[in-house]
Amino acid sequence: MIETVTTICFILLGLAMMGAIVRIIIGPSLADRILGLDTITVLAVGIIALFAVRTGLTLYADIAIGVALVGFLSTAAFARYLLSRGRQ
Amino acid sequence: MIYVAAALLIVGSLLSAVAVLGILRFPDVFTRLHAASKAGPLGAGLILLGLAVVSGDWAVAIRCVLGFFFLILTSPVSAHLLARAALRSGITPDSRTSIDDRQINH
Repeated sequence: MIETVTTICFILLGLAMMGAIVRIIIGPSLADRILGLDTITVLAVGIIALFAVRTGLTLYADIAIGVALVGFLSTAAFARYLLSRGRQ
Repeated sequence: MIYVAAALLIVGSLLSAVAVLGILRFPDVFTRLHAASKAGPLGAGLILLGLAVVSGDWAVAIRCVLGFFFLILTSPVSAHLLARAALRSGITPDSRTSIDDRQINH
């Protein structure tokens, strides 16, 4: 049963990641692209946690938390860069 | 117990998909941040809680719950930073937005 559920969730998250990539490609401004990258890291946390559920390797929980930390720091750094770049 | 985990996984994935739907459909950066910074981290956090339920190990479960709270606490901070940077860099909100907060000095 958990196999079926994780398969459905993988499909949903894969479609979501494709949508975020579409937003990065068509995003009219740099802020849209940073938003898409932030969404991709959050979705990656979900996919890694799903992989841990699927395979039973609970070591992946630590990796998911690490990816979440790096994602927050990268979004903060990109926002600081956007601030320091100034008004276009 | 396995049914609780399955429900958490399904709801988390659906919330992530709804967040990306909002990112694709909303008109400007600020409304897109609305969708992405609430539904997205809650979806990933619910998947982490599902992992905590299904693991059956206290050490893993506590780490997953800590990751959930980390996601929930940091997403408003990054969304606020990004919205402030977008506003300062000269992006105007959509014309359908009724209240113009740009008049207030942030």
